Amino acid sequence: MSQVRGEAGARGGKVRSDCWVAFEPRDGGGIELQVKSKVASMYGENIRQQVLAGLAVLGIEHGFVEVEDAGALPFVIDARLETAVRRALGTLEGQIIPEKTVEIASSAKDRFRRSRLYLPGNTPKLMYNAGLYNADGIILDLEDAVAPAEKDAARCVIRNAMRVIDFGGAELMVRINQGERGLEDLEWIVPHGVQLILIPKVESAEEVRAVDARIGQICDRVGITAPIWLMPIIESGRGTLESLAIAEACPFVCSLAIGLEDYTADIGVPRTKEGAESLWMRGFVINAARAAGVQPIDTVFSDVGDEEGLRASVREAKAMGFDGKGCIHPRQIPVVNQEFAPTTAQIDKAMRIVLAFDDATARGLGVVSLGSKMIDPPVVKRALHTVQLAIATGLLADNWKQEA
Amino acid sequence: MSEIKMVKNAVGRMVPTMVNGVPQVPYKGVGKHQPTGRKVGPPIAQAGDYPRSGDKRVPTIKEALVKCGIRSGMTIGSHHHFRNGDKLMLQVFAACDELGIRDLVWFPSAAFPCHKPLIELMERGVIRRIEGSLNGPLGAYASRGQMDGVAVLRSHGGRWQAVQDGEVHIDIAILAAPTADAFGNSTGDRGPNACGSINFGLIDSMTADRVIVATDNLVPFPCLPWQVQGNNVDYVVELDEIGDPEKIISGTTRITKSPDRLLIAEYTAKFIRACDLYRPGFSMQAGAGGTALATAIFLREYMLEDDIKAAFMRGGSTKYMVKMLEEGLIGFILDGQTFDLEGVRSMRENSNHVPTSPFTSYNWHGKGCFASMVDFVVLGATEVDVNFNANVATHTDGQMLHGIGGWQNCLDANVTILPIPSFRNRVPIIMDEVTTLCGPGELIDVIITERGIAINPRRTDLLEQTAGKGLPIKPIEQIKAEVERFAGGPPAKPKVTDEVIGVVKWVDGTIIDSIFRVAE
Repeated sequence: MSQVRGEAGARGGKVRSDCWVAFEPRDGGGIELQVKSKVASMYGENIRQQVLAGLAVLGIEHGFVEVEDAGALPFVIDARLETAVRRALGTLEGQIIPEKTVEIASSAKDRFRRSRLYLPGNTPKLMYNAGLYNADGIILDLEDAVAPAEKDAARCVIRNAMRVIDFGGAELMVRINQGERGLEDLEWIVPHGVQLILIPKVESAEEVRAVDARIGQICDRVGITAPIWLMPIIESGRGTLESLAIAEACPFVCSLAIGLEDYTADIGVPRTKEGAESLWMRGFVINAARAAGVQPIDTVFSDVGDEEGLRASVREAKAMGFDGKGCIHPRQIPVVNQEFAPTTAQIDKAMRIVLAFDDATARGLGVVSLGSKMIDPPVVKRALHTVQLAIATGLLADNWKQEA
Repeated sequence: MSEIKMVKNAVGRMVPTMVNGVPQVPYKGVGKHQPTGRKVGPPIAQAGDYPRSGDKRVPTIKEALVKCGIRSGMTIGSHHHFRNGDKLMLQVFAACDELGIRDLVWFPSAAFPCHKPLIELMERGVIRRIEGSLNGPLGAYASRGQMDGVAVLRSHGGRWQAVQDGEVHIDIAILAAPTADAFGNSTGDRGPNACGSINFGLIDSMTADRVIVATDNLVPFPCLPWQVQGNNVDYVVELDEIGDPEKIISGTTRITKSPDRLLIAEYTAKFIRACDLYRPGFSMQAGAGGTALATAIFLREYMLEDDIKAAFMRGGSTKYMVKMLEEGLIGFILDGQTFDLEGVRSMRENSNHVPTSPFTSYNWHGKGCFASMVDFVVLGATEVDVNFNANVATHTDGQMLHGIGGWQNCLDANVTILPIPSFRNRVPIIMDEVTTLCGPGELIDVIITERGIAINPRRTDLLEQTAGKGLPIKPIEQIKAEVERFAGGPPAKPKVTDEVIGVVKWVDGTIIDSIFRVAE
């Protein structure tokens, strides 16, 4: 039997909060375990016990395991160990799934999606504090931020992260890969608490329906009843032209996002800061999303150091009709959240409408009026949304009605 | 070593009654140890023994040392104002080596990684031990128990106290002076290699038997201003180089880019803003360290928004503080040491940027000091515990890593805030009991982490003032539990031997804790 060595994770002087695991299967002799750790005197024994327990879960009785740890949290050690064993054996039925220690309330189709923070799926050290920054959504990315050779490692990290990390009330999102690989990704994430799937480079409604069908199968199998929303990303000329059909592909589509790097490459122009080349596309996708009753969501602003540029970009997005924007650094989140916040005048008006609505409801009236003016239901709905946004942004106390 | 008696002090820590042959007093509690006796002074000199011209120059360090009567076993004092850019002390000890001197005790106000070559001199017996803040490679050396004797860790104020109270006698002080005259008047705020203040050397100049000033910028008498008075100086030596002021900016004096630390800094500034003491004329000290610097930057925004100006800020000065002084947001900078070249320039040019000394700022055995007059102080720590005790000297693995600096002295402020990440590289920073107790919890009011703000339950005033203002205030036990949940439980305690390799002095000279050698 050929003895193949499997390795996973990261090591070296600059590595923090991650570990490297190597596994060599053996035919006998039990488990030989070597652990080197920067936190050996504090967690060395803990790590040994965890590795032995993980091997037992995987049904491994013989083999050589080497761990080089730079302060990895337990969920990372589990993920690296499992990946190393899977790589050594070529295939592995078992998984080391950590006990679920966070419970996430189910998400709503029309919840706020102003800011969403992208996190590379194979970089665990960025994950455990990501929930502290008040992003509306956290995206654990399996697609462009993960090298092709590390997709398997990232699946384990993301699965474990979703079970143990408290993301602070952010909507838990995963961006899967394209095509068949993306459908396989779903097996690793759907059972573990994901609330929204971003589908990259979508060009047809069929792609969305394929994802939706696979999610449905997995949910039925493992008994998940909470909805899992879909955010297709439009990143090409064809995708743009199909965007209305994509938005209407199934009832779980909640938003349409755009990706401009791939889009500009697809139409054969450089991407500029001014964005003239994508103006039509952005307008078209916004209209398609609105026509389908879903949220249009803008792409990321990639210059992390340029806060004023980001602010201008968010203002433009909001003015065009977008409801949200992607973030690639936590410091971008407050800017995005603030800029999507309503103005004081908008909040005042919305508060008056909401109070009038409450009053009408309390008195059993079918019609809401403010002064002599009748208020249409969509206006009431928008006012409720504005008030919620104001509360979420901290511009309005959540008990404002008592003070009004 | 093993014959030393260990006793339990007022915070329940086992401490030795004798250190390096000197009897010790165990810590008794804040303000509980009443000193007696008179301060020490240098031998009485007469002007007739010094040149009438005032010219005290000698050609070389070696000659100056010989004239000072250097002998094996002596204690050499020096200041650390060039921080990691010091180029004087390696020359001094090389000269001692050439003279065949052995068994010296180096008593700096702090040592830095640039002093790593001294390990070789320690191994050859030129230097027996270093008594002062040990950082980097020297800290690691002492942690391994390789240094002869016991490391005595003192605060900046504690160093002044130890010298003036006669606990440490400096035989020869050697003071780097970026500008000096031939009489020995010296300043740090000007010259091609200006480093700001040199006042950490003030007590050395006032009490040592012999005092040498080394300068790379000799100016005609009188050198103005004189931070060190020539009347205390025996000899002046001109050298090609004494230090590189570019390196006074150490790793701890850059603003953090870490989003987690920025969040902690933002919480800290918001917390200060929520306190009643944040009012026109308030005062503050924020040390070096990326998070403390970022806190000052957030606070500046609030001060502009609220139209609130501070009466004074205590330094470690940096360019950020200088900017606030020049904008009129701060009345004065009272500056113990200068952390960058903008601070140096400001001290030279701005009469409201005043050099202070450990005597004025920190000395507990004086008639008051500035530390208690500061409203808010923002400090770091390696660990804290659920009783708000804090550690700055060791890490959770028991290794001795850091000097104390002004940290203990600053705890005397009205509101003492420690902004620290809730864990570092898996290791939680909130413990049941700190590994080494450097500051008692009764003086530490607020611990701010990225996961929430813990207020010492003793400070009911702060709890009231900051409630309902949108700050994430939580019991310290809750933050601890949150971190331990994802870290896989609390860290195992270091396995230590019974060999004491270091002691931590409290600001009054008593011993607050011991550092034991970690077992292999």
